[in-house]
Amino acid sequence: MNKRATIGGQSIGVTRVIKIWLIQHAQAFVFSLGQMSKNPMGSFLTIAVIGISLSLPAGFYLLLDNAQRITASWSGAAQITLFLKLETDDQHVHRLSEKLQQHVDIDTIVIIDRHQALTEFKQISGFGEALAALDTNPLPAVLLLQPTSNVISSGRGEQLIKSLHDMPEVDIAQFDRQWAKRLFTIIEVFQRAVFMLSALLAIAVLLIVGNTIRLAIYSRHVEIEINKLFGATNSFIQRPFLYSGLIHGFCGSIMAWFLLVVSLLLLEAPVMRLTGLYYSNFRLAGLSGNESLILIGSGALLGLAGSWLAVQRHLKVIEPV
Amino acid sequence: MIRFTDVYMRYQTGNDALKRLNLHVEQGAMAYVTGRSGAGKSTLLQIIALIKRHTRGQIIVNGQNLDRVTGNRIPLFRRNIGFTFQDHRLLNDRSVFDNVALPLVIAGYRYQEIHKRVRASLDKVGLLSRENTRPMSLSSGEQQRVGIARAVVHRPALLLADEPTGNLDPALSWEIMKLFERFNQVGVTVLIASHDLDMIKKMKKRIITLKEGCLLTHIGNTLQE
Ligand SMILES: Nc1ncnc2c1ncn2[C@@H]1O[C@H](COP(=O)(O)OP(=O)(O)OP(=O)(O)O)[C@@H](O)[C@H]1O
Ligand SMILES: [Mg+2]
Repeated sequence: MNKRATIGGQSIGVTRVIKIWLIQHAQAFVFSLGQMSKNPMGSFLTIAVIGISLSLPAGFYLLLDNAQRITASWSGAAQITLFLKLETDDQHVHRLSEKLQQHVDIDTIVIIDRHQALTEFKQISGFGEALAALDTNPLPAVLLLQPTSNVISSGRGEQLIKSLHDMPEVDIAQFDRQWAKRLFTIIEVFQRAVFMLSALLAIAVLLIVGNTIRLAIYSRHVEIEINKLFGATNSFIQRPFLYSGLIHGFCGSIMAWFLLVVSLLLLEAPVMRLTGLYYSNFRLAGLSGNESLILIGSGALLGLAGSWLAVQRHLKVIEPV
Repeated sequence: MIRFTDVYMRYQTGNDALKRLNLHVEQGAMAYVTGRSGAGKSTLLQIIALIKRHTRGQIIVNGQNLDRVTGNRIPLFRRNIGFTFQDHRLLNDRSVFDNVALPLVIAGYRYQEIHKRVRASLDKVGLLSRENTRPMSLSSGEQQRVGIARAVVHRPALLLADEPTGNLDPALSWEIMKLFERFNQVGVTVLIASHDLDMIKKMKKRIITLKEGCLLTHIGNTLQE
């Protein structure tokens, strides 16, 4: 049953097929390492370009991450004030407050109902007499919202304000400090820039690896022809090239990781001095274990994808003559 | 083993390299393909190995209709064929051993088996002592023999040799022909393209003569063109 026919009419078992497959992968891996060692300068240059290309977005990501950690401690200042519409009665205000309390992005809520608002205003402003002359209370009820810290630092503050503003009971929703709003807009812009930069540099890595593999394919076309002539399948021929792309991408991302570590070490002392002027306990954060894995994994994947593209385009056209 | 029925081969340039060829080579036979330069000898061998495709007619090789051997079946089909080239086509960036090992590596043999078979194959062509040298530093005749060792190392059912003695001296040519004969004796079907008439006659094997793509004769050694 579990047999595979060969051209000669013999059949071979499934375990043998799997063994062959494993052996051939090991051979292709060792072979592509050997090919790289034969052209160390070329391989190194490719790896270096990949390393620098990957270190840029990763570096900006770290910068952003650290900026967010700093602003997270500022977000205490970033309260949101909700002025409710005048016709909202106290019962409504409490119901709204309970509803907002369920919102994931909101931490604590302080209610200042219309009566309280008036009392406070009388005390602070000194217009008590004049206000007493009015037969209706002109002040709206106010909710003071404390957003959770990650809302602000991750740049979702604007979104939250907008959704609050769209509620029927709400007249005006605003951050109580304009500078905070600006900061968060800047963070948002910066985030998008890092995203675009990452996409562009990922494409650059694809092209670099693709080109390296394309050159390797053409410099070895005689070998490819002879392999095909002795019955090599396309997957057999492309395997070492794919491994080569994978290895280049992997080494490139290791290099990016080292570049980041070194840059952080160089930056650490001056940053400590700077932040020491404001905060006592801020430390520059490097890549976490998971983030490092993501960096290295995506580098290796980009290398594999780049070589796959090159192989699809250039390997099939080489036929023995 | 090989049966051609009304086979035509036309190159894209419009050249008819083979015209209405009918041919049968039995399993286990040894035969020479001869003819002047341009007669179509190489084309004939390359069609059998699926390096080129015939344009009309039917070809059966090893029980398989070549029209149906396409795509993924081509590699498996070729693993039953050994091919030697007039220009050797050895890889100069690796040793003689690695060159000969190539068909076995492709077929997925494990290292111990490869080692054993490559050494046996090199021993047959008398080059065992050179297994670690690069092909470049061998003489033309030695390179040809490495090519032959590579062509038989995976024990193909069919051996195709295109001008294996192209520019070798008579003594060496004779030695190589004897080598092919020994492979034939263990059951390999052998087809050799050559224009070295004197030597071919001495081998006393079947001779297939082509002239401008047509089959002239394949009876004994009547070779007056
Ligand atoms: N790639 C090609 N494109 C067009 N025509 C070709 C091509 N290859 C060979 N031919 C033509 O096909 C015919 C047969 O060529 P082939 O190479 O089979 O001859 P041959 O008998 O092997 O000659 P030689 O003894 O010189 O090797 C010749 O007329 C040649 O010009
Ligand atoms: Mg020829």
